[in-house]
Amino acid sequence: MSSVRDPRPPIYGLMAEFPSADALIEAAHQVHEAGYQKVDAYTPYPIEAVSEALALPRSKVPLIVLIGGLLGGLGGYALQYWSQILVYPMNIGGRPFHSWPAFIVPTFECTILGAALSAVVGMIIINGLPQPYHPVFNVPRFALASRDRYFLVIEARDPKFDTDATRRFLAGLNASEVSDVEH
Amino acid sequence: MATLEKLPPPPPKPDVMPFVAPGHTSGTVTDKISDVILRRHTPKWWLLGFTVAFALLMLFLTCVTWLFVKGVGIWGVNWPVGWGFAIINFVWWIGIGHAGTLISAILLLFRQEWRTSINRFAEAMTLFAVACAGMFPVLHLGRPWLFYWLLPYPNTMNLWPQFRSPLIWDVFAVSTYATVSAVFWYIGLVPDLATMRDRAKNRIARVLYGMGSLGWRGSARHWHNYETAYLLLAGLSTPLVLSVHTVVSFDFSIGIIPGWHATIFPPYFVAGAIYAGFAMVLLLAIPLRVAFGWSDFITLRHLENMGKVMLATGLIVFYGYIMELFFAWYSANTYERFMAWNRVTGPYSRYWLALIFCNGLAPQALWFRKVRTSPFGLFIISLIVSVGMWLERFVIVVTSLTRDFLPASWGPYKGTIWDWGTFIGTLGLFLTLFFLFIRILPAISIFEMRTIVPGGEAGDEITEVV
Repeated sequence: MSSVRDPRPPIYGLMAEFPSADALIEAAHQVHEAGYQKVDAYTPYPIEAVSEALALPRSKVPLIVLIGGLLGGLGGYALQYWSQILVYPMNIGGRPFHSWPAFIVPTFECTILGAALSAVVGMIIINGLPQPYHPVFNVPRFALASRDRYFLVIEARDPKFDTDATRRFLAGLNASEVSDVEH
Repeated sequence: MATLEKLPPPPPKPDVMPFVAPGHTSGTVTDKISDVILRRHTPKWWLLGFTVAFALLMLFLTCVTWLFVKGVGIWGVNWPVGWGFAIINFVWWIGIGHAGTLISAILLLFRQEWRTSINRFAEAMTLFAVACAGMFPVLHLGRPWLFYWLLPYPNTMNLWPQFRSPLIWDVFAVSTYATVSAVFWYIGLVPDLATMRDRAKNRIARVLYGMGSLGWRGSARHWHNYETAYLLLAGLSTPLVLSVHTVVSFDFSIGIIPGWHATIFPPYFVAGAIYAGFAMVLLLAIPLRVAFGWSDFITLRHLENMGKVMLATGLIVFYGYIMELFFAWYSANTYERFMAWNRVTGPYSRYWLALIFCNGLAPQALWFRKVRTSPFGLFIISLIVSVGMWLERFVIVVTSLTRDFLPASWGPYKGTIWDWGTFIGTLGLFLTLFFLFIRILPAISIFEMRTIVPGGEAGDEITEVV
């Protein structure tokens, strides 16, 4: 397809494989110090030290959850106020129409529901999921990222990226294997 | 010093035994948990168990069909007992679900790493138990196909639910609980579905697991948000699970019936729920670890810990029974005193005595380490406790309703064959779902197990403790 001008670099990036979490953490530190920015690590389970080594920004999920919880709680209370006082007032055992203690339980449940759903939906959206295709899956050994291997990818879009120099750099970080990631 | 070093190391005591048998790595836990699903042949015990469970599910459908044809008159409910088995079974099932959330959320916040090998199937148990529980109030409606009238939605009749009623609180509490449990469970499954996708040989399985995994690739950025969301969900589920059985207890305690109108109900219901739930977790865990050969993951130490939780919550429940009697006397209220006396000596005294035996006396055996570390002993006690918790709800519902204030309005209650059929049928629904779950999804959280083996994030700390 040489007739179509592809603005993308020839490969997605370079992938280094590490046999242990400690090796990956060490490598992540060095990659970050070397000034690479378009870097991501792939691990079979969450490792906090890797996020720290890559200096990832704070997660936005807590803010989304706070907003979702507040909206859920306010919405739940508003629903009850509107239906029980404004549009369908009923005298139940002589209680005042605005009998707020009775409204606490649904308000609480709506708060939790709003917060929990926004945690899940927020996390999925921030992470850009669902994403059935991603270039890293083109590396056959990457299937082990969900088992017991640790991977680090430097994208070709990174301003510091240079195929040969970056390959040498990664190989020098105790990587057991460095491979090209096709688009 | 030199002589000391030559001595062989003492065998580890049970309370410092690791949570995973020694020798496991990230790779071996992955293989061991996923292989039981990815193997070609369905084991015979599974087919047998599924057949029995499915037969019971058919019994449930038969009972429900007949209910739809004839109406709730086929059940034993009538005045003065208008609730009967439906509410007994509802509370029993929903209580069982609570242990799953306790294990997955509260023990996570308390950093109890032993929860890791039991949280996945305990959460599945929660979901299936809530599904069974939800059947009863809906079937009891009389016109179950109009159940959506309970929800607040704009309608042409211009009607709104009555939010001052505990029954509407229940709708909100249980539906929120079911939703949050389901998303919590699914989010926990996503990284494991990615593992299944990468390990499955069969193309259809790979595509289906891949769709479920949302294209998860274990990126550090994703884990970063994932962990935050997971912890927040745990923090949200903790007050939620405590609120659900509290609201269920409001169904009773907001009413003025003697024996129900008590402030002790919420805490004592929550403790009872966790008690019954841990009994059910043990009933599922003990056969599961044998069938799948998972005693490396669900060790005796796990069973012992669950036994301890059962003992503690059982004592709270037993304290609740004693306090109910004490307050009936101390209130100096004629009806409360009669209720207590009637419970102990009246027509349903056999149920009360059986309840005290099942929930109060039998679990005292858990004081002994021999019992707590014996799978067989724990299994028997869990069975007894499950029966006891059902009896508890029977005693609360039936003794209070059959004899309330006016002797002129007293009347007996007995479940009919359709009541029993529906109840046993929901056991079939529960077991059918559970058998399907253990056949197609990893019943232990693989990615969390990786964190507690040596080399994992928390694994090194644990090995040091050993």
